[in-house]
Amino acid sequence: MDAWSNVVEIISIVFMAIGAFFIFVGGVGALRMPDFYTRMHAASLTDSAGPIFILIGLILHTDSFLVAIKLFTVLVFILITGPTASNALASAALLAGNKPSLAVKQTTAE
Amino acid sequence: MIFYIVAFALVITMCLALVRAVRGPGLYDRVLAVNMMGTKTVLLLAVIAYIMGRPDYIDLALAYALINFIGVFAVLEFFRTRESQLALTSSTTQSGQEKALDEQGGQS
Repeated sequence: MDAWSNVVEIISIVFMAIGAFFIFVGGVGALRMPDFYTRMHAASLTDSAGPIFILIGLILHTDSFLVAIKLFTVLVFILITGPTASNALASAALLAGNKPSLAVKQTTAE
Repeated sequence: MIFYIVAFALVITMCLALVRAVRGPGLYDRVLAVNMMGTKTVLLLAVIAYIMGRPDYIDLALAYALINFIGVFAVLEFFRTRESQLALTSSTTQSGQEKALDEQGGQS
């Protein structure tokens, strides 16, 4: 029993470390990417991959069932709303005439 | 210890998103940075609940996730309708000018 809780603890720590890595990489990408759409790709990475790993790590770390259910609800809400907000933002930017610069280079090269 | 590492990464990423929101060229970069900031706030509240040992903060994280979603959608719908209205009014004024020019040409 003690060995099993140690294994769950180690898995939770590894998940949270992976989530922190994804969050940090997404933040650096959102600051340093050259285009609006590539920046949005990095930001939506922090909206989807980071919360999955961090919140699953927190769920594995807790003993209370109610806290686990609340964290799972937060995870479901973030996974529904994050890609929806990214889609609405991309369509609004495209409607406003914000062209992706890398795609323009590719079409001129062809 | 791992909670402090995750909270540090979240705060660093929020600072980077704030730099993007201040420096970002144009409106949509700023909306993107604000959206990022909201998601990071939800995660930071969940981690702070574990650091301080108070599970009440997870309710705040849940409420903040819903409020952030509604806020971003309200801002995006506002700017979307404004852009479409601007395109509509500019096209109508252009067609009105063309009509006026045609009428002048017909009269002259």
